Formats: sequence, C-alpha cells, structure tokens
Amino acid sequence: MKITARRVDKATILDVSGNIDMSNSPEVRKALLREIREKGVTRVVLNLTGVAYIDSSGVASLVEGLKASRESGSRFVLFGLNDSPREVLKISRLLKLFEVYDDETQAIAS
Amino acid sequence: MNPVAAKQPRGLKKPSKLSRAFLLKLELRSHPTLLCVIRGALEPLMEMLNFSPEQNRAIIRAVDEAVSNIMRHSYRGRPDQPIELYCNRLHRRNNGETEQGVEILIFDCGPAIDTTKLPARPLEEFRPGGLGLHIIRGSMDSVQYMRAGRLNRLRLVKYARSSKGGCGSEEEKPS
Repeated sequence: MKITARRVDKATILDVSGNIDMSNSPEVRKALLREIREKGVTRVVLNLTGVAYIDSSGVASLVEGLKASRESGSRFVLFGLNDSPREVLKISRLLKLFEVYDDETQAIAS
Repeated sequence: MNPVAAKQPRGLKKPSKLSRAFLLKLELRSHPTLLCVIRGALEPLMEMLNFSPEQNRAIIRAVDEAVSNIMRHSYRGRPDQPIELYCNRLHRRNNGETEQGVEILIFDCGPAIDTTKLPARPLEEFRPGGLGLHIIRGSMDSVQYMRAGRLNRLRLVKYARSSKGGCGSEEEKPS
C-alpha cells in the first residue's frame, strides 16, 4: 500500500493505492491524524480509487479520522470507493456517516 | 519480521475427520502480510465455485477478518504461529433445487476462546474497532466456533444462492 499527499487549494488530498488490511492500516491512521491534528488542515480528502479492499482495521482508521476531524472542526471527505470498500462501510452501518463523493472534482467542490 | 524466514513451528495436529480431500488447503504463519496471500488464493476458487462477484467479496472479507482475529487476539500479534485453512465444496437441496456452497475451516492453536467475551460492539456506537465479527456474521450463512482438542476451529459456510449477498442493508437490524 502507498499513500501520497498533495495540496489542492486549501485541501490535502491523500491518494491511497493498494489494499488496506491489518498489516498497513496504522499507516492510514497515521497519515490522516497527521493532516488533521498536527497540520490542522481544514479539509482532508481521501482518494480511495486505487483501493480494492479495506478490512475492519482500515475502517477503524477511517472512523478515527472522522472523529478527529469532528473534534478539530475540519472536514474529512472520501471519494472513489470501489465495491468492496463501499460494502464494508455499508455492512458496518458507517457509510451514511461519511461524506462520500464519486470523484475528486465533486469532493473538492463540496 | 520476514514471514518466510520466521521460525517454522510444528504443524497443527487436527482431528482425524480432516483426512478427507479438500479443494484447497493453506498452511501459513500468523504474519499480517500473509493476509493478501489468502485473499489472492480464495478469489479464483470462489469464482470456480460459481459465486457471484459480490458473494466472492463477502467470502473473502469474512475469511480475512477471521484470520486477522486469530493473528490479533488468539496469537496476540505473534507472527510465527501456525494457521491452517481448508476449503471444501458443499451441496444442499432447497425447494427442489441443488445449491452449491463452500465450507471453510480455519484452525489455530491459540488458547480457547471465550465466545461471551468476543469484542463485538453495537453497530449504533460510533467508534473504531469491534467490527470484525459483524462483518463475518453479515457475510456468511453460517459461522460456528468450536474447540477441537487443543485447537480452535472456525467453520464458515456460504451457499451460492444465499440471501446474504454480501453487504446486507443498512436498514437491517443486527442478528
């Protein structure tokens, strides 16, 4: 799995590629919390276009990111969910809690 | 730790009933980087068994969560412990039709599990963690745990025409 950060306007976009499971989900958590808590970015956008699979530990990292963003008054947005990540969020009844967009343009414009 | 270079403990001594032929048998160490190997092995097998792509993803999700639980809870993060996984074809008659399914058995030699203390949380709670069991139960038709001698045995079953397509519904109540 690989995570790269880029800046678009006032948002940080984290591009993730590869699968997220218990072997690497702490990296996702760390990257999210670094942007939200340490850097104080007001909008963090997670690009999941390149992620085919997320397990429950990956979902937990996303939940931590969402909680941190709510606590700090920033926004945490997802886009590009493939079938499996969308299904795991749905089965966990978390899909409705996240701001999810189809593509980067929508996620940035939101 | 490199999983290939990890110390190789003795294999699991399983009940004699397991002498029958299985479609697939995997022996691996409890190293998290090997989870992708399991997912990669199961996907083409489930395709071969005529599971839909959605059902295929559900099975892979359940097995991945089950093995992750073994690594995290049963072996407490030790990366060199043995895990064995068996897949077998199943059939059942339902309304005059034969349905094809799969049985997946997963063995580990961690301590016995107190099923009353498994870390599943109410889905209404918004906090990280505790989702693995919900995902397993929501993805498979049958989930059974038993202690078999000195081993933990988890049996997962899914039929190709199951009503549990995979992701369930957000409106459904937990079973």
